[in-house]
Amino acid sequence: MLQIAPRSQVYDVAIIGSGAGGGTVTKVLADLGVNVALIEAGPPIDPAKDFKEHMWPYQVPHRGIGEGGAGYFGPTPWAFGYFTTTSGGWELPGEPYTVAPGSKFEWFRSRVVGGRTNHYGRISLRFADYDFAPYSRDGLGTDWPITYDELSPYYDKAESFIGVTGSKEGIRSAPDGVFQDCPPPRVHEMLVQRAAKKLNIPCIASRLAVITKPTNGRPACHYCAQCGRGCVTASNYSSSQVQVFPALKTGRVKLFTNAMARELIADASGNVTAVSYIDKATRTERQIRCRSVVLACGACESARLLLNSKSAAHPNGLANGSGHVGRNLTDSVGYALGANIPALEELPRHNSDGMGGMHVYIPWWLWDAKNKEFPRGYHVEISGGFHMPGIGSFGRECREHEGYGKDLKDFIHARYGAYVSFAGRGEQIPNENTFCDIDPDVVDQYGIPVLRFHFKWTDNELRQAQHMHDTFQSILETMGGKVTRPRPNFMTGEGISMGGEIIHELGTIRMGSDPNASVLNKHCQAHEVKNLFVADAAPFVSNPDKNPTLSIIALAWRTAEYLAEEMRKGNV
Amino acid sequence: MSELSRRDLLQSIALSVTLGGLSPAAAQHVHSLAAEEKTSTGVYKAKALNPHEYHTLEKLADLIVPADDKSPGAVASGACEFIDLLASQNPRLLDIYTGGIAWLDQAMRRRYSTDFVGAKSNQETALLDLIAYRKNEPSELGPGILFFDWARRMVVDAYYTSPAGIKALGYMGNTSVSKFEIPQEAIDYAVKRSPV
Repeated sequence: MLQIAPRSQVYDVAIIGSGAGGGTVTKVLADLGVNVALIEAGPPIDPAKDFKEHMWPYQVPHRGIGEGGAGYFGPTPWAFGYFTTTSGGWELPGEPYTVAPGSKFEWFRSRVVGGRTNHYGRISLRFADYDFAPYSRDGLGTDWPITYDELSPYYDKAESFIGVTGSKEGIRSAPDGVFQDCPPPRVHEMLVQRAAKKLNIPCIASRLAVITKPTNGRPACHYCAQCGRGCVTASNYSSSQVQVFPALKTGRVKLFTNAMARELIADASGNVTAVSYIDKATRTERQIRCRSVVLACGACESARLLLNSKSAAHPNGLANGSGHVGRNLTDSVGYALGANIPALEELPRHNSDGMGGMHVYIPWWLWDAKNKEFPRGYHVEISGGFHMPGIGSFGRECREHEGYGKDLKDFIHARYGAYVSFAGRGEQIPNENTFCDIDPDVVDQYGIPVLRFHFKWTDNELRQAQHMHDTFQSILETMGGKVTRPRPNFMTGEGISMGGEIIHELGTIRMGSDPNASVLNKHCQAHEVKNLFVADAAPFVSNPDKNPTLSIIALAWRTAEYLAEEMRKGNV
Repeated sequence: MSELSRRDLLQSIALSVTLGGLSPAAAQHVHSLAAEEKTSTGVYKAKALNPHEYHTLEKLADLIVPADDKSPGAVASGACEFIDLLASQNPRLLDIYTGGIAWLDQAMRRRYSTDFVGAKSNQETALLDLIAYRKNEPSELGPGILFFDWARRMVVDAYYTSPAGIKALGYMGNTSVSKFEIPQEAIDYAVKRSPV
């Protein structure tokens, strides 16, 4: 039953989604005095109750492997383990998606206030100046309608507000920002730096959204390494704690939770007048009236909402005259390789927890190289050190050593903390075979048509993953490690991550100066619908080798300020 | 650590940081709470395995991770309770253990006319030396090798997620520090051994 209260409140702005994009727009607009309805498909989050920070594995009877040892037999309901904060998964009950024949794709979705920012890796990298003009540089993909210089002030604002560690390096592929001090490298990270130096590869202080000094009322990091579990002291960035909760305190934000947006309602002129959503608790359809709307559902979910907002005036979905909604989908290229490092065996014990992630990383270093085997590049993430043990922590040692008894025990103790691994995150260039559209045959439990994914890597990405393997192997060997994994046959598709697996999906509602080849203008405002904006990673024109979250925040900040100014001028 | 004490810990951290940096007293509080942690000392009554099976599992678990002069063994760490509890919730897992334990008894009887619990030390190792290695596949030992792989994995998991195992390993984190530092001794150790 459709329940519409015709005289219900009209919000200045309805924001759909409360992750990095939605959280940023909410905070910026609320601070500018705008009345906001924030619509989140999932439940609220209570850090004190929901976060498992500082819990030991033995504090739950199943030690984190699930009742009945579920994790020994297959996937558990927890995408990244029991202790990681609840933020979504690869499958959501009652909310399917489909994958076209011949494609492989996994879609990670969050349904909770704060979305994926509650658990994400906190890696915060600015795009480089050349990342905004990829087509001009190598003839592939499309240029952005904005430059680095236009976004740079918003990177400054984002970094100053959320807090990001780092060091000034002057590397073109990794622009410097407003940094807080990064804690010193761990022992294995020092060895990586020494090996990288020998190979002429830079390895610099990490840029993580973790605060190492008190910032905006948030206390500094206490170095427990558990960012992924959610931080009770909010010493890392999550949109829930850093933006949504403070914005709620202004009194100008009304938060709707368990509210699954179904469709945008447009008037005869094509402007959005309301968001139609399913109230999950009652399974009834309701509407929130608004003067403008900001989509921040996550790139694919935002595209789905536009494609499902069909009417006689908009047969392809709202704002989709160009047919580009859902196109230009990309994910990051992922590949990982590790090895035992003999120099680290029997390392004197100490607390190496630190921030929840690496303290040093490798930015792309061949951005200026000629005659590369592939276009674009990747950065390298590093892991190792003494981690809190969990179920499966010594599976590798058991397989390698076999046997039993004191020998096995001693082997495990010697190898603890001696394994170092690298993960590459590289740029995929949009291609015509990679996109999402609406599956004509399938709806979810709310009757909303679902997305269907089409995904193909090209040789550009396969060669890049191959280059990752060779790089990681040479660093590991320089450190004295022996790589046991045979080099995958990358050109046949072996080794490279699955589409969607790195959870950097973006580009599906891209911005551009040509309304025939893009959905949004340079302000992330729909060419065809003046009061419709997009503030997640859907507007991104390319997917550079820098994880997208910091750029989502910066771009959303810019979009929010533009929207507020247009409202002030009476244009929206 | 009980849920309550964990809450105290978090509150203590939150309180101390609002006062400007974590106080040494609060950091010490965190440490002592962690140190207080013990598994229950009462006698565990098996929920899934029968007494003979449970006794066999105990013997096997201490052979996989024995006590030594530095740390206790698997049984003292509560490993068998962990396995029995999960098996009580999962018929597939229970079958793996009841079947595997029965296989062990039969294999021991064929060789030495005793069940596993009654076997002498050299008899135990003679059998385990066969089933603890994949290289002995495929053979009539297959089910034993598969079972031992399960038991080794789960005993190791249980041991190193217990307070005793975490201590044996020397993990010193899951605490709260105001400044992150690496001891020079650890740096020197690795740098001296490193080829770079």
